Amino acid sequence: MRIDCKHVWQHISAYIDGDVDAVLRAEIDRHLETCEICSAVLDSTRNVVVLMADGRVFELPIGFSRRLHDRIDGELERAS
Amino acid sequence: MNAPNSERESEWIQRILAGEKYLFHDLIRGCERSIYILLFSLLKNEADAEDAAQETVIKVYQNLRHFRGDAQFRTWVLSIARNEGLGRLRKQGSRREESLDANTDEHTGDFTPAILTNWREIPSDALEQKELRDILLSAIQRLPEIYRNIVVLRDVEEMDIRETAAALGISEGAVKVRLHRARAMLQRELAPQLKAFAPKRKLFLWGRV
Repeated sequence: MRIDCKHVWQHISAYIDGDVDAVLRAEIDRHLETCEICSAVLDSTRNVVVLMADGRVFELPIGFSRRLHDRIDGELERAS
Repeated sequence: MNAPNSERESEWIQRILAGEKYLFHDLIRGCERSIYILLFSLLKNEADAEDAAQETVIKVYQNLRHFRGDAQFRTWVLSIARNEGLGRLRKQGSRREESLDANTDEHTGDFTPAILTNWREIPSDALEQKELRDILLSAIQRLPEIYRNIVVLRDVEEMDIRETAAALGISEGAVKVRLHRARAMLQRELAPQLKAFAPKRKLFLWGRV
């Protein structure tokens, strides 16, 4: 049985996470071999996931850690 | 992101509770980025997120003796951060409505991906450009809250499904459904914009050995 594009899209996130069973993975792989659109959807989704995980996307405000630890010092002294 | 070492953490916690309180600085260091990012994703504002992060950390210290080793320390800390963030949203009132509106998994939306062909990978080096970072950040911020939280914990902080579920107090199945929808919405929104950041083909290299 061949699966269609919509079926592939439903499983893209799980596919990226390696969270689909072997049978479904093989079906998706076979679909991807011939479907340019689904290949591009998969590659672009995976690319977005990789970029999001880069520490440069979310930056802490300058001095965040120093101010946080100053506040902790204040609490430690207050509580002693 | 380094996986927290839970044995070392529980040893530190015992020593802190026994009086070596300055070890708390080391204990919390491994969590502070996750705390801030989760709160920023809830409050959408640097100053509020920083203030709430400080409040969270003080609450963690004050409640340390209540921490039970059956959850990861970071998971416990993040659930405190989340409560702190939600409490602030409730006080702000109006901003809460947006999230309540989309607060169930029955929320229907268009999760059809952006259709394209010939995707050329955007290399991580492109993140040196502020413009690209801003595009990614604003796409996350435009997601409904229940999807935003998931993306931030799972894809930005790279927590596994189990820890994400525990920190947000939802089932692993709900994490997977929401993660799928969130990634689909992000792909739909971002793929057309990201194409501009694809490296140009270096034609002059072709044909050389």
